[in-house]
Amino acid sequence: MAELTYREAVVAGIAQEMRRDPTVVFLGEDVAGAGGVFKTTSGLLDEFGPDRVVDTPISEQAILGAAMGAAMTGLRPIAEIMFSDFFAVCWDLVANEIAKTRYMTDGMVGCPLVIRSGNGAGLRFGAQHSQSVENWAMAIPGVKVVAPSTPADLIGLMAASVRDPDPVLLFEHKALYPTKGEVPDGEIVDELGKACVLREGPHATVAALALMVPRALEAADLLAAEGVEVTVVDVRSLVPLDTATILASVTETSRLFTVEENPRLCGWGAELSSIVAEELFWDLDGPIVRITTPHLPMASAPKLEDLALPDATRIATTIKEALG
Amino acid sequence: MPLSGAPYGEHQVVLPEPFDESLKDAPIDLETRLEMFRKQHQIRQLEKRIYDLFLQGLVRGTSHLSIGMEATGAAFGVALRPDDYSFATYRGHGHTTARGVRPEPIIAELLGKATGLVGGKGGSMHLTSVEHGMLGCYAIIGAHLCIANGAAWSAKLRGSDQVAVAFFGDGATNIGAFHEAVNYAANYRLPTIFVCENNLYMEYTPIAEVTPVTHPAADRAPAYGMDATIVDGNDADAVYLAAQAAIERARTGGGPSIIEAKTYRHGGHSRADPGTYRPDAEVEAWMQHDPIPMYHQRLLDLGVGEDRLAGIVQEVAAEIDRATEAAKNAPEPPAEALWTNVWADGGSRWRN
Repeated sequence: MAELTYREAVVAGIAQEMRRDPTVVFLGEDVAGAGGVFKTTSGLLDEFGPDRVVDTPISEQAILGAAMGAAMTGLRPIAEIMFSDFFAVCWDLVANEIAKTRYMTDGMVGCPLVIRSGNGAGLRFGAQHSQSVENWAMAIPGVKVVAPSTPADLIGLMAASVRDPDPVLLFEHKALYPTKGEVPDGEIVDELGKACVLREGPHATVAALALMVPRALEAADLLAAEGVEVTVVDVRSLVPLDTATILASVTETSRLFTVEENPRLCGWGAELSSIVAEELFWDLDGPIVRITTPHLPMASAPKLEDLALPDATRIATTIKEALG
Repeated sequence: MPLSGAPYGEHQVVLPEPFDESLKDAPIDLETRLEMFRKQHQIRQLEKRIYDLFLQGLVRGTSHLSIGMEATGAAFGVALRPDDYSFATYRGHGHTTARGVRPEPIIAELLGKATGLVGGKGGSMHLTSVEHGMLGCYAIIGAHLCIANGAAWSAKLRGSDQVAVAFFGDGATNIGAFHEAVNYAANYRLPTIFVCENNLYMEYTPIAEVTPVTHPAADRAPAYGMDATIVDGNDADAVYLAAQAAIERARTGGGPSIIEAKTYRHGGHSRADPGTYRPDAEVEAWMQHDPIPMYHQRLLDLGVGEDRLAGIVQEVAAEIDRATEAAKNAPEPPAEALWTNVWADGGSRWRN
């Protein structure tokens, strides 16, 4: 067991897979020589060489096209899209090409690749470098979507994503890079489509993702101090979505809160709320409540950005008021 | 002052240059030429049949025919190794045929049948056959140039000597993905061959009206440190020689090539388009510059008997007829097919 930062977990996760499988290659802007703009990929070039760790031009379509063509013909590429906001300039490759190819070819061609990207707010980068776009991603049939919240999950889900025969979008949260966590020794391989119950309490189920997970846990502490005990579920994987774990928890607690960083409209919590409302309506003791970033672009000023993102106080207050 | 030099609706008429008769003496053996002859007929007759099936209301959706443009695909189909990769556009029936895919699964795909090349899930614009090296037809302009680079990169890393060819139209040269892809391939010296089939019209608009250079693909090549070859895209021998050179270069580590093949659609852009925006004199001149009768005459001039050529045309026609009947009689996909093959496990579940 060692303590790693989330940032160190990125390189550990990629390196673990590149050591295991010589067909795993890695490409992106500034990822090789510079070791990544977030210093998440330092050392990979030295260990694996320039054939397998490639600095690309600023050409997101070319990057994802190269990843897709390579995946179709026997390699297992990991492509970095530096900021998840940049998905907007390569959405054709993701939404039209990578996601649809297996279906359009009736199973003849697959794209086993991973696209990892720095997602989310908290670094005061302004509206074009701070979005939380996991809700864009999960709206596309044909791609899997994961967003780990801890270093151990990051390594394990990276491994699961690289080994998966389907395309996976792995969202790293930029504000989590400096955070630390215990990581088991040896190879770590997790499972896509599996949520984790991090804390159990009878009064409500709180489902959170990525940066919202530590904030939900902090809110749970605040609530516990006032006698409210909640279950916190780290959703981890949006596609596939582990509804079984969440439904089981809501059956016990009879209340559901979602904590989402994405702008409000069509966030993952809306889908989850719809599933719970359809399937567990008679088990609910009160309305499902979504705690989200408002439907706004992100502001740059620290005060405004902090106001936009759900924090522990807002999460705890909203839950307390809703539980009455 | 209007942005465009010409009043709306008028544009420069671009006439074909005469066929280069000296290509008759090009160092291409007769078997190769007969194979290109056969492939051109396979494509022409297939496209004509698809057109007829449209008129009968049997092919739904849209379709983009390559009648008049057969020589490019046919020449590459012969020049490529069976394990090389082709990437084509929504106008891809011909390129798919040129790699050896039979007409029956293609027609069945267009008729929405279970026996279609991709089970009825792709349709006219997404024909794919991995076993023939046909890695797909792509219907969003530009993307597949980037994807072809990936296949070329993979071939290079695996040391397989395979090459990847991306066919695209003149219109594709104005989308960002073209420039990203060419820069990328040139920078890493990938074995990618970019083949622009310049048929003078992006869709309905003349390419010259929206492009500040005369040769939309070739004139951009120097910006990426590349040479380009411009060929008569209606002369299979001309395309074959250019293809051979580009393939050899790619296989031996010389990097990518751009070939601009000048050609013309006999019809409109798609099923919905009668192509009336094209000046009569231009259409007429290009109809006379038809790749197929020219090649027929060239083979006669080379001493091939008319009987032998007619025999090939007959064989192709018979196969298209058989294929049409079989496709018409094939069942539609079962309802369960809707739910299969989103994921590698064969299914489509997104939750437990």
